[in-house]
Order: sequence, then C-alpha cells, then structure tokens
Amino acid sequence: MGRTSAAMAVFLFLLLSLFSILQLVSSSPEIRVLSAERRIDVTAPIARVFLTLKVENAGTSEVSEVLVAFAPTEAEHLAILKASVAEGKRKKKTYVPLSVNPSESPDAPNGAQLYSVSLRSPLKSGEATTVEVLYVLTHLLEPFPAEISQSEPQLVYYRDSATLLSPYHIVEQITSIKTPSNKVESFTRVDPASRVGSELRYGPYHDHGPYSYSPVIVHFENNNPFAVVEELVREIEISHWGSLQIRDHYKLKHAGARHKGVFSRLEYQFKQSVSGVASFRHLLMKLPPRVHSVYYRDEIGNISSSHLHIDSQKSELEIEPRYPLFGGWKATFTIGYGLPLQDFLFESHDGRRYLNFSFGCPLIETMVDDLTVKVILPEGSRNPTAAVPFPVDQHLEMTYSYLDVVGRTTVVLQKKNVVPEHNTPFQVYYDFNPVFMFAEPLMLISAVFLFFVACIAYVHVDLSIGKSS
Amino acid sequence: MAASSETKGEGTLRKAFGGVLGFFILLLIGALAFSIRLFSVIKYESVIHEFDPYFNYRVTQFLTKNGIYDFWNWFDDRTWYPLGRVIGGTVYPGLTLTAGSIWWLLNNLNIPLSVETVCVFTAPIFSANASWATYLLTKEVKGTGAGLTAAALLALVPSYISRSVAGSYDNEAVAIFALIFTFYLYTKTLNTGSLFYATLNALSYFYMVCSWGGYTFIINLIPMHVLLCIVTGRYSPRLYIAYAPLVVLGTLLASLVPVVGFNAVMTSEHFASFLVFIIIHVVALVYYIKGILSPKMFKVAVTLVVTIGIAVCCAVLAILIALVASSPTKGWSGRSLSLLDPTYASKYIPIIASVSEHQPPTWPSYFMDINVLAFLVPAGIVACFLPLSDASSFMVLYITTSVYFSGVMVRLMLVLAPAACIMSGIALSEAFDVFTRSIKLQLPKLFESPPPGSGDIDSAQDEVVKVDNKAATDKSETAPKERPSKKNRKKEKEIVETTIKRPLKAKRLLVLPLEASAVAILLLIILGAFYVVHCVWAAAEAYSAPSIVLTSHSHDGLHVFDDFREAYAWLRHNTDVDDKVASWWDYGYQTTAMANRTVIVDNNTWNNTHIATVGTAMSSPEKPAWEIFNSLDVKYVLVVFGGLVGYPSDDINKFLWMVRIGGGVFPHIREPDYLRDGQYRIDAQATPTMLNCLMYKLSYYRFVETDGKGFDRVRRTEIGKKHFKLTHFEEVFTTHHWMVRIYKLKPPKNRIRGKSKKSKSNSKTSPSNSRRHGNLRKNPWQ
Repeated sequence: MGRTSAAMAVFLFLLLSLFSILQLVSSSPEIRVLSAERRIDVTAPIARVFLTLKVENAGTSEVSEVLVAFAPTEAEHLAILKASVAEGKRKKKTYVPLSVNPSESPDAPNGAQLYSVSLRSPLKSGEATTVEVLYVLTHLLEPFPAEISQSEPQLVYYRDSATLLSPYHIVEQITSIKTPSNKVESFTRVDPASRVGSELRYGPYHDHGPYSYSPVIVHFENNNPFAVVEELVREIEISHWGSLQIRDHYKLKHAGARHKGVFSRLEYQFKQSVSGVASFRHLLMKLPPRVHSVYYRDEIGNISSSHLHIDSQKSELEIEPRYPLFGGWKATFTIGYGLPLQDFLFESHDGRRYLNFSFGCPLIETMVDDLTVKVILPEGSRNPTAAVPFPVDQHLEMTYSYLDVVGRTTVVLQKKNVVPEHNTPFQVYYDFNPVFMFAEPLMLISAVFLFFVACIAYVHVDLSIGKSS
Repeated sequence: MAASSETKGEGTLRKAFGGVLGFFILLLIGALAFSIRLFSVIKYESVIHEFDPYFNYRVTQFLTKNGIYDFWNWFDDRTWYPLGRVIGGTVYPGLTLTAGSIWWLLNNLNIPLSVETVCVFTAPIFSANASWATYLLTKEVKGTGAGLTAAALLALVPSYISRSVAGSYDNEAVAIFALIFTFYLYTKTLNTGSLFYATLNALSYFYMVCSWGGYTFIINLIPMHVLLCIVTGRYSPRLYIAYAPLVVLGTLLASLVPVVGFNAVMTSEHFASFLVFIIIHVVALVYYIKGILSPKMFKVAVTLVVTIGIAVCCAVLAILIALVASSPTKGWSGRSLSLLDPTYASKYIPIIASVSEHQPPTWPSYFMDINVLAFLVPAGIVACFLPLSDASSFMVLYITTSVYFSGVMVRLMLVLAPAACIMSGIALSEAFDVFTRSIKLQLPKLFESPPPGSGDIDSAQDEVVKVDNKAATDKSETAPKERPSKKNRKKEKEIVETTIKRPLKAKRLLVLPLEASAVAILLLIILGAFYVVHCVWAAAEAYSAPSIVLTSHSHDGLHVFDDFREAYAWLRHNTDVDDKVASWWDYGYQTTAMANRTVIVDNNTWNNTHIATVGTAMSSPEKPAWEIFNSLDVKYVLVVFGGLVGYPSDDINKFLWMVRIGGGVFPHIREPDYLRDGQYRIDAQATPTMLNCLMYKLSYYRFVETDGKGFDRVRRTEIGKKHFKLTHFEEVFTTHHWMVRIYKLKPPKNRIRGKSKKSKSNSKTSPSNSRRHGNLRKNPWQ
C-alpha cells in the first residue's frame, strides 16, 4: 500500500516537472547555434552520433534549456541520449552530465521529436556555452540488397540529413560520417561534400534556419556482425550464503541482409576470405572478474565451443553458437555463472542491503531489443526498491526456488532497445533479516528428525489385528 | 543354562548389529549402483542419450506440460507425416509416468529441477531400486548373505549398466526393477502364502506391464514355474495363493494399459497363464477331493474324471488350436515369434532384423556383459539344488529361460543379467560361507595345539554339528521375535523347521582344509576384484557415450564432434515450424525431440510401408526421389555422412537396409542392382544404380573438393563418382565435420510456354543430362 502511494507521488512529481518544462520551453526561443559539429559513426551495426553544439543566448531572458530535435525515424530508433558539458581547461577538462528529458513543442514540424537538455546554470543573455550530446540509434542501417548469398558482402543504407535538424538557427555546421571501410558504393552529394578514405564529410554549411532538412543516403559495405539479441532475460539470484547466480537467456539473431539460397560448408571452410564475410561465428562477452562455474548451453544440451579467459581485472568469455550465423539465422542459448557475493552486495548507511550490478548485456557491441532483468532476492526480504539511471518498466513478482515456502521477491526491470551504453550500474535496495537464512536448513533438519521419529514409532507400534499367543 | 541364555543375548545383539550393518551395506550398494552410472554425466554432460530416450523425453515433456488426460489422448502430428501417431495408446506409459511424477513431486516441493534432469537421473535411481529388489528376491531364495552379494553384483553388472547409465532414459531402466520386484513378491507369496503379498504382486506386475513389453516374460515364466511345481508334486495352497490372484488381478490390471488392452486376453503370449490357471484349479480340486475321500474312492473318482476330462480337454484344445492357427501369425506378434524362431525376423521382417540389438549375441558379448558371472552361474544353479525349495526352483527356471532368450536377441541379455547376478550371488555367498566356516572352526585349534592330530577334523566336525544346532536353535528362538507383527508367523516357522533339518545333513560334510579355504577365499576375492575392475571399465569407457556427441583423443587433446546437435539446432531455429524433414528412421525421434520438426518416419517403425517409401526414395535416382518426397510434402532431407571424419554408423553403411526394406514393398528396388558381384561398394567399381541413387548423391555432393580425391575414411576408398551436380535438391546446411547434411527440395520449375515442347522432343532423343544443361543455359540464375 505504502509503495503504491509513493509511486503515485513520484508520478505526480514527474507530471508537474514536465509541465513546468513545457512552460519554460515555450517562453524561450531566443537561442542561436553558433557552430554544430556532428560525427556519425556507422562502423558498427549501431549508429553512434557525437554532436557538439555551441549555443548562444541571443534573446533577452535567461535560458536554462537547450532543445535537440530528432526526425521521426530517428526518434523511433533512439536508444540512448546523453548530454554533457565540458568544464575546466585543457588537461583538467571534465565532462559533467546534464539531465535530458523528452519535450514537446507545438511548432515542431512533421512529428519531429524534441528533447530538452537542462543546462547546469542558466545562460544569461549574450552568453555562449558548448554542449556535447551523444546519442545512439539502433536498427537504422538498412541492408540493401536485402538478401545476399553466401559469397556476397553486406551493403547497407544509412539515411540522414546533411544538415542538423534543430529548432534553432544554425550559423555553421559540419557533419562527418565514418564508415567501416573504403568501400562506399554511393552517397548523396550536397555541396560541399567530400569523401576521404572511410570518412564522408558534409559541410561546412552556413546559416540554416530552424528545422532545415536535406536528406542524404549513404550506401556502403558493412560486414560487422549484425548480432542482435531479440530477447534477453537475465536472472540474478542472490544467496546470502555467499554467491550470486546469474542466468542469461539469449535469443540471438543475425539482423543483417538475409541469407539467400545455398549454404555450402565447403566454401565456408576452404574459402574463408570471400565466403560468408557477412556472417559471424564468435561473440565476445565481458564478465566480471572472479567469475566461476560458467556454463553455456541451450535447450538440447551443452555447447562445447567456448573459451574463458580470466584475469584479475575482468573475465572474457568467447562463445561460438552451434553454427555460424548468416543473415536471418537465429540461435538461442543460456549462459550462467556464479560470482562471489561480496563483490556485489553491500550494506547502505541506513542498514539496508543493496545489490550493485551492471545493467545491460555483457556481449560487447550488441544491441538488445527487449531486455528483462530479474533480481531474485533471498526469501524473506522486504521493501525492494530499484535505482536505475534511466527510465525502465518495473514490477515485482514471486519466484519459487529450492524448498521455498513463501517465495522469493523478484524485482523485474524491463527495457526495450538496449545498447552497450546502458551497461551502467544499477542498485536494488531491500531489507533482509539474516534469520531467514536458516529457515531452509532448519526445515530439512526437522524433516529428517520427523522421519526418524516416524521410523521409531513404526518399529515400536504393533499394528497387527489379531494377537496370537 | 546360564551359558545358553548368555549366548542367546549375544546372539540377539549380533543380530541387531547384523541388521544395521546389512542396512548400511544396502545403502552403500544403492549409492554404488547410482554413482557408477554417472560416468556419462561426468565424462560428457547431463544429456539424454541415443534414440529412444529422446522420444521418452519428449513424451515426458508433453506429460509435464499438459497433464495426464491430454497425454492419454495425445495424437502426435509431428511424426509419421501425414499419418500421425496416437502416442497415448501406443506407448508403455510406465517410464514417463514415473519420471513425470518424480518431477511433479519435486516441483511441488519447490525443487526446480528441469524435466531433462529428472529424466537423465531416472535410470540410475531405478538401478539402485533394482539392486535392492535383487537383495529382497535373493533373500527369499537363499538368505541375507546371498542377497547382499547378489545386490552388489547387480549394482555393477555391465549388461544392466549399458541400459541404465545416466541419460539412458529408456523403458528397460525401470522395467528391470519392476521385473525383479515382481519376482520377489511372487517368491515372497510362495514362501509365506500371504494374500497381502499376492495383491502387491499383481500391482507390481501392473507396473511392469506399464513399463515394458517384456512383461510377457513374467506372465509366461510364472505359469511355467507353477506347472513345474505341480508336476514335481510341490503343489501347496501357497502356490495357489501366489498364482491365482496374479492371473486374475494381473490380467484385469494389464488390460487397463491402453497399449495392451484386449491383447491381455486375446494374444497367444498370454494363453499359457490361462491354461495353467485352469490346471491349478483342477489340481486344487483334486487335492481337495483327495482330502475328503478315502483312498479307494479317490482312485475310482480319478479314473472317472480323467477319462471325461481328457475328452473335454482334447475338444477344447482342438478348438483353441484351430482358432489360433486361423490367424496368419498364429496369434503371436512378430517380436515374440522371432524369439521362438530366431530365423523368423531375418526371413520375413527386415525392419526387426535391421536393428543391431535384435541380432543374436556373440560369445564375447557374454563375457563383456556379465563377465565372471558366466562362470559362477553353474555353481549357483548347483547351490539352488542344495536344498531345492519352491523359490530356488523358480530361480533355476528363470536362469535357464533367460539364457535361451539372451541367445536369441542381444537386447534380452538384460533379462539374463539379474538372474546371473542372483545365481552368482548365491554361489559366492555359499562358497564364502563354507570357506569362512572352515577357517573359523580350525583357526582356534591352530593356536591351541600346533600339531594337528588325526582326530582333529573329527572334533571339528563335531563342533560343526554343535554350532549348527546352536545356530538352529538361535534361529528358531529369534525368528518369531524378529517380526512379531506379521500375521504369517506359522508359515515362517514351517520354513525355519525345514531349514533346520536340512543343514544338519548338508553342512556336516563341508569342512575344508584351512589352507585350501584361505587360498580359495583369496581367489574369490581376486575374482570379485576382476569383476569390479571390468564393470568400472565398462561403465566408464564402453557404455557411457551418449552417441549424439562424440569425442576423440588426438595429439592436441580432446576433440568434440557435436554435429548432430548442430544440425538439429539449425533446423529448430532456421526452418519454418511446420516444415517436414525426411531422414532415415533412425533419426526420427531425435529430429522431433531436438529440432521440433515434423518427420516422415521414426524409430517406432510401426508402419513398414511408410519406411519402405522413404527407403525407396533414398535408393532412387534424384528425380523420382524428388517426386516421392514432394508427394510427402517434405521440405528438407537430412542425411548422416561419416566419410570425412570416419564416423562408421552413417547412412551409407545403413543404405543396404534401406534398399532391402524399400524393395520389400516396392519391387522395382532390387538389392542386386546396388551390389557388384554381391559386394557392397561405393568406389569406381560400384554399379551405376548405386552411384546415381539419392543417398549416394546427397552424401558425396561436393565431397571431392575437400581433398581433391574424394577419399572416404569409413569405407577406406576413393568414391566412384566424384563430380556431379544436384538438380532437384540444394544444400542448405552441412555441419562442421560434415556429419549431417541437410538438403532442401527445390521448388518445381516454372514451365516456360513453348519451351516445353522442345524439351520434350529433346528428352526423346537425348538423355536427361543434356536437357538439364539446356535448362541451365536458359535460366542462369537457377
């Protein structure tokens, strides 16, 4: 009961804050972007965009927010959006993260999605500051041709605008796109545009008004593994007897150009340089140090092809699905391991315990469409709360494990569209009375005791009906 | 007197210690039976083995997911496409129900074991149960010592290990326990005459019927024994109690199992029991009348009844024989017939003959599977005759029949194993008994008076008698106290009395010289040690391979061949859920269980024609094969090929059976077409039919490009036809070591208007090769 009312309060607070933001936005349009530099990295299947905005307050009133705009297709695939501001000079430069919230503006055209970046200190009239924005887009690279045979490389389209979509007037801007190799089939020319090696450069362009957009298409070769985890369920089970058990259930897919026609093992084995360049075979996984009892299996048993390298800083698990994955092929598997509890479970100042664990997928450079993290707390723990640095859906459920009577409270966190940038620690706080640790051993002891008592009783009680002399 | 009471107290204490010790020994034997079967899990992994276990596993999964009622009504459309199979009515449900209930119980206790784990460990658990049942059975026959020895032997016997290692989730694993336990309850009833045990016996028989088709062995062996007892004049009311309820209740219960149903009263396998049922009633009646009438009257009555009775019996028998003879198989199922006539299967049913476990065993396999027990069994049989009781005569009958059956089918070695263990247990126990007694009686003498006189043995013998007397009195005094609550004390006393009298005669002779006894004990221990070493070796090396994952040791360490699961996983994830996969029937169960795809035929082999159709397709040239597969809605064809890595049990080696089975139904497939001078070969000497059949092509497609020569490592020869193209099939997947190759049927080509005429006229004049070539030119993308 108390929890729901707390959630209501939080919700109301959020609503209020959103409301206030809206008001602020509508009252401060007087911003000018002096220079915008956009570096787009499409070497991986994930598109990463680094945006440096130098904004100036050209109006009269103080401004505390800067808006960033996204085209609807981009907004759909936006996985994470981070903003920071650089402080200090040169060597002592540090980046201070800024809070980012979705925002709406009535004059945004064609469903452009706006996000507002709250500045640390309000920008006075005539002042300028530099904001660094990083955002990651998934599923934006479209394979073309959509179906390729075993020997063909994989070509993809990247669609964007030569000019930055922004609600502000931009004085000078430049965009560079980094492709994985020199093999660029074609790109839309919006002069001045040039290509040097694997880098495309659009701009500099001068004095573009708000919401100016000039679509470009880049068609290039990208043979990086398009490994997409369609669904990942992570179960993190806490045992106060000293270990943390992790079970990750993966549904993996090669989301690149679909494989067409024949798969010839002969060519795959004997002509490795030309055959199956778009497929992948290995995946690398970063696990915490001191990992033990690692297993890698699927529904029909152990998968024997994996290598584990453990050192004091980190553990690396190299896994190989049962078969190489070509475009459109899928595989499912489960990876489980144990970790020492003291590395992840701590006690906070107010006596509550909390688990500090990394959110996101341990596979490197892999996006997850649908991630569910289940933190299974020990039996008898109460009042769980989760602290995650970005919005996630959460609810509670009950899990029954070895000899549980009341069940284990489980905190379920769900998030769609997860990228490696989400691999940040999150915390789950809960109350736990150590007495509950002994519940199950005591139960077993008493069961055995009762069994012996029953045996003794059986031996000593005569159950026969007729008594003969 | 004081001394005797003292010894009595000592005796009870010793008995109590003996009981506790026996209990712990049994516990250890159970642990041993369980743990020796875990080699497969330790060396490989916790996985279901081989072929049939995968089916049982799949059925268990269905049971745990959908419940018992859906299980009875389960019509499986994933197999025998397009016929399907009624699973609920055609499986022996004992194993699945057992594992399903274990899983259900564990999950209700919130022990979240997966169905797979439960299935993997069901067999070892039931081996432990079986060794305890062996203890009980042997104890009924020859006492506790023999029981413990037999239990220990059974826990280790390789023949049983071969069917019950962890992961070998097959009917036999449970059935052997049920078999031994049924026999135990039968002998127990025979010894006690208790109706309680008779009822339990019927229930245990019911469990056996649920578990395995081998239940017919029980329902024939027990009547045989009853008949033997009657003929040898050992009829007693106990025999009647042991037999009559079993037939009545057992038959009623057996017909409740859907797969048996009315077979329990209709087929010839069960007739013996009914016949003996009639006979035992006649005999009981005769004994009853004999008790009432005076001897003279009885004689008259006998002559009267016998003449009428014989006439009636002859008439009934004639009708019965006529009825049975009118059915084509004489009322016997094919498998039973192949037991009675070992040449039957190879003559008429190639499917039964094609299974390696249905072949007669070789002599080495006896040594492999029961090892030293083979030499101990005769001694055990002799021991059973000293003295011959009802129970021991049953054991003698059991061993003789099972030796015959094991000689017919290697698979039935499994039935022999418990009998051999019990016999050897009895033999070993008796031998140890004699030797240790000899030592025990002579050892004190040895220390007291170093020069052994001539009268020494005499006095020793005197003492034997004394000791025996003492032991006998001990027994007679303590036996009733031991189980005061049992109602059948009278019967026990009877037995005890008989056992008292006999040892007096028998044991007097059995004192051997000290040195001989010591050496003999040493030799027996060495024999036992050899047995243990052999069993551990067999469990670890010979019988633990799961056969779906293979390993080989090379100079750079262990190499794993996991191709089967690679292929099944690929099918599971990358084909449409309703696609049909054709393969030889060996891989049917695995494909449905691991790949979850519909198959045409599987290991159940209930429809010979369907299997023959697949066999025909595999032995036909590409185009007819494509037509057969297309008519069956097949989308993928799976072949197993061992030529690259030298895996011998691949489809090319099984191919002649496909030809034979296919030819049995479709006469245009003739075995001689595939043989060159009676020899099966795939090299340049092979016949054109062989080199053009689908199996050859699918196995060796582009194989020559691996090494340039096309050297097959299983057949140790270069293949005959090296460069060829497939027109109606395309390779869609081949596993890492080429052990499984999956092909897709190409869709039929579009007919090009106007071209069809030309190609038709072409085909009249030129072979199909050139037409294909023409098509190829027309459409370079296909």
